[in-house]
Amino acid sequence: MAFSIKVNGSQHTVDVDGDTPLLWVLRDSLGLTGTKYGCDAGICGACTIHLGGVVTRSCAVTAQDAGDREVITIEALGDSHPLQNAWVEGDVSQCGYCQAGQIMTAAALIAGGAKPTDADIDKAMTNICRCGTYNRIRAAIKRASGQV
Amino acid sequence: MTQIVNVSRRTFLKGASVATGGLVLGVSIPVFDAVGQQVAPAQPGRLNTFVQIDPDGTVTITLHQAEMGQGVQTSLPMIVAEELEADWSKIKVVQAAAVPVNGMEPAAMGTGGSRSVRVNFEPLSKAGATARQLMVQAAANRWAVPVSECTAKNGVVSHPSGKTETFGNLARGAALLTPPQNVPLKAAADRKLVGKPTNRLDARAHATGAAVFGIDVGMADLLVGTVVHCPVFGGKLKALDPAPAMAVRGVLRVIPKDDYFIVVATGFWPAKKGAAALAPQWEPGPNAKNATATIDTAMQAALKKPGAVAVDRGDTKSAAKSVKKSFSATYQVPFLHHATMEPMNATAWVQGEKIEVWAPTQNAGRERYSIAEEFKVRPENVNIHVPYMGGGFGRRIGMGFIRPAIVASQAMGKPVKVIWTRQEDMTHGMLRPCALSKLTAGLDEAGLPALWDNRLVVPSIAEQLTPARILNGVDPISVFGADAPRYSLPNQKLDYAMPQAGVPLGFWRSVPHSYNAFFIESFIDELARETGKDPVAYRRSLMTAYPRHLAVLERAAKEAGWDTPPPAGHGRGIAVHESFGSICAQVVELTMPSPATIRLVKLTAAVDCGIAVNPRGIEAQIEGGMIFALTAAMFGRIDIKDGAAVQRDFDTYRMVLMPQVPPVSVHIMEGGPIGGITEPGVPPLAPALTNAIVAAGGKRIRKLPLMDEGIGFA
Repeated sequence: MAFSIKVNGSQHTVDVDGDTPLLWVLRDSLGLTGTKYGCDAGICGACTIHLGGVVTRSCAVTAQDAGDREVITIEALGDSHPLQNAWVEGDVSQCGYCQAGQIMTAAALIAGGAKPTDADIDKAMTNICRCGTYNRIRAAIKRASGQV
Repeated sequence: MTQIVNVSRRTFLKGASVATGGLVLGVSIPVFDAVGQQVAPAQPGRLNTFVQIDPDGTVTITLHQAEMGQGVQTSLPMIVAEELEADWSKIKVVQAAAVPVNGMEPAAMGTGGSRSVRVNFEPLSKAGATARQLMVQAAANRWAVPVSECTAKNGVVSHPSGKTETFGNLARGAALLTPPQNVPLKAAADRKLVGKPTNRLDARAHATGAAVFGIDVGMADLLVGTVVHCPVFGGKLKALDPAPAMAVRGVLRVIPKDDYFIVVATGFWPAKKGAAALAPQWEPGPNAKNATATIDTAMQAALKKPGAVAVDRGDTKSAAKSVKKSFSATYQVPFLHHATMEPMNATAWVQGEKIEVWAPTQNAGRERYSIAEEFKVRPENVNIHVPYMGGGFGRRIGMGFIRPAIVASQAMGKPVKVIWTRQEDMTHGMLRPCALSKLTAGLDEAGLPALWDNRLVVPSIAEQLTPARILNGVDPISVFGADAPRYSLPNQKLDYAMPQAGVPLGFWRSVPHSYNAFFIESFIDELARETGKDPVAYRRSLMTAYPRHLAVLERAAKEAGWDTPPPAGHGRGIAVHESFGSICAQVVELTMPSPATIRLVKLTAAVDCGIAVNPRGIEAQIEGGMIFALTAAMFGRIDIKDGAAVQRDFDTYRMVLMPQVPPVSVHIMEGGPIGGITEPGVPPLAPALTNAIVAAGGKRIRKLPLMDEGIGFA
């Protein structure tokens, strides 16, 4: 069936079954492939987006449950968001596959000029990085939030 | 010797895609398999690497090595740019495809064994130096001055008279020149870029989500499928009623095959939903009763019988007489899965005899021929494009994840991308073998091993993938790292047995070093404690014949503050291991808030990789290798039950997360010949960790993972 969905400021109509996870609406219907498929179980965080301003695993929310809440994906951050600059300057990524999800999680953490502590970072950053870039992610979050 | 070919000068290449009016040099670089055996020699007529300088000054480096996170698409261009005297901001990197180049068969392509920088260093240096020399010569010709008076720097050739010209403006002239042979390379002291910490060229593409991984490949009319294999390894598909899947909106076709089926749909979700709706009947086959326990029984039985002799050095019989005391310990590790963040996938478009493939593969060169053979087409009709890989770690080798896409595209007559679900990926890996080792040392009066006996039991990767490599019953891919411990062990024996695993085996980051370092470095630590010696001092007394190894060990110890007593309650463990041509030593410092929990305080590594091309990348790889190994040591285990893998997702195959990772410092040393860097950070971590647990007052762990021994993160 058809769903109306607002993504990165634009309204779209997609014709999918209601149980289709937002992840696949984004990737297959809208071609927004920055949001990655990782585990299908809400664990790994590769598919992290913001839904109605809340950090959300897009594999775990269906098209029909998204309602009229706006979806924000990595593509909405452009190419020079402070986190993206910090990620580049800190040479964070290795394979890079999880990093869009990491950045989306971090974006909520530093929103509104917040300066997260190590404990805040530990609590919020639950995304898996198989390459083990965690220390550089932590440093980049601090850099992007003006703490270094 | 490396031959540099001026591709742009060859008249028959006019109009070809790589000839754009600038200079194009081609090189054939030899290719090695995942554990370092050369599989394709350098072939001057068949090129796999190109350096191109366009009239606009862009330097495009086409690399046959694939990028899966190890940073080769930054470190390899640095090698070229160093000798070329290029402007680093003008460097562009292109991933080579396994396609015919200007009508010629492509040279081989393969990425593994921590070989990329090692194998490419000399040929890429020569390609860069040759291109620079052609730039200088083109300038000298234009100015009618001697070549020797001109110098190149930062993409510009200059003459003492004040004349200057950019590489871009010289490219057309250089394209017509014959490349000089044997251009001298820089002395190490003159290098400016090689050795300078440099950020990845693909960092921005990763951070914006713009990088195209295999799973992101898109094109018009693309269908998406998913594949379901027989859960039992070696089983077959007996019967399948496609109707329930066909009732799912978006499902277009169910394709049953011998031991798997594919559901093709308009998108991944309907494909997955369709697959889940089916009730396939499987014939489980010979492994129906295979289980972790039965494999373990076979492993233990093999340990009690004499194996094939892999090493017999010195005189173990006479040495037995001088033994004052014997010490023995048995160690064990389980099957492991790679768990790349990007699940297995590939895209194919079959049009008649022509097969176009987009595959995140580490082995495009070989797979091209495998596809040609299996699908009965000529190799020149098979093209493989290699997108970014969301992790490789040795998993992305073989036809397993490419075949279903080709089969599906053949059936549909359209391009099809086949994506494995995470559950399919995790239950159908190419597993790091389980392994068992019984080590016995006969100690002399000084407490040093006069006798060293290692009985190693490991199901064989070579038996499944490259049987020709097994010699006299020994699979070298199982014994590397155990066959030549870097200690003075005058009388040593290694015997080896390879029981059947009943599961597909493969190359997992650092391959046998991942377990052999755990066995040997745990045992050496036990011997030190048994004889009342400090673990560093004990190793030192065995390492006089290995000064590079000793220097690395001592550097790690120094940086970790080994000689200063740790704070109360802290324990430090150390381990050192050589693999892939590099030596890495690591110190783990931790506390144990309770006998069942650890908290990591800091990790310290020293690594001697010969030449450190990109120190920032090396730090990343060693640190990443340590975290990869930490995950395995703490949580890693794939169980087999009723012939199938038990763990299906990250909830049961757990990963180390942010809060568990302490500060890590990596100290780079340069000594001998150039070594690899992606894998050598993995092996020392597990023994350094378990040795630290003992130092902190915890128990000796001889079996991984730690969670099975009742130890977790605090």
